[in-house]
Amino acid sequence: MSIEAQTEGDALIIRVGHDRIDAAGAIGFKERIRDLIPGTERRVIMDLSRVNFLDSSGLGAIVAVMKLLAPARKLELAGLTPTVEKVFRLTRMDSVFTIHPDVARGLGNVG
Amino acid sequence: MLAEIGVVSVMGCSAAGGSGFALVTMPGDSVSVRAGLERALKSSPLRGLGPDDRGRAEVLLAEVLNNIVEHAYEGCEGEIRLLLRMEAGRLCLVIEDEGLAMPGGQLPSGQLPEAECLPEGGFGWFLIRALASEITYFRRGRTNRLDIVMACEQ
Repeated sequence: MSIEAQTEGDALIIRVGHDRIDAAGAIGFKERIRDLIPGTERRVIMDLSRVNFLDSSGLGAIVAVMKLLAPARKLELAGLTPTVEKVFRLTRMDSVFTIHPDVARGLGNVG
Repeated sequence: MLAEIGVVSVMGCSAAGGSGFALVTMPGDSVSVRAGLERALKSSPLRGLGPDDRGRAEVLLAEVLNNIVEHAYEGCEGEIRLLLRMEAGRLCLVIEDEGLAMPGGQLPSGQLPEAECLPEGGFGWFLIRALASEITYFRRGRTNRLDIVMACEQ
């Protein structure tokens, strides 16, 4: 699974290298991220700029990661590609996440 | 049965010189659905779509196919047949399986879960209804058939 985490300042950046987060990959995605987040950073920014496709199972997996982090830490998202952005917007889940255009701007904008 | 309708339609179209049909079959599990979706996206009806319509079609198809895997074929095996056809700015889909019937013989209402409750599921039929302009469900014998139309914007 090409998902890597790295600390930058007060934030943990999770870079998702997958082309898609779908029903076939959602459970593995969630488990991989669970292993990556035992740190103490206050913010977690998930970089989705390489993910071109997300279905409702993938969306559910991202919500599950948000709940794993809560209430102590917050999950922010960065770099949504057009189809991913559309799924967040249609389901109105864009209203529950802080969404940054990209990681650099997410780091500069303490959310 | 789709097999009959599909073959007749495909032959009718190819006789007329069109290239807007494709029939994609796949086993009813999530890994096969991912591969089947990839084949569908490369087929002639979807290949020519603009990026926005293509993305909408991909989400719509993924939700329909994965619902069949998770509910119609819950705990058992079976085949899914997908017929794709483009006509006058509309993507027409016929999807068949031999799994369990829809609960109550009806399409799910697809209500949007409350975002504030942080739902991890229940978005599938909402997305299908949001992306499709027409949806019809039939149960004939052991076969479920969905006829879905998606209006293309580009």
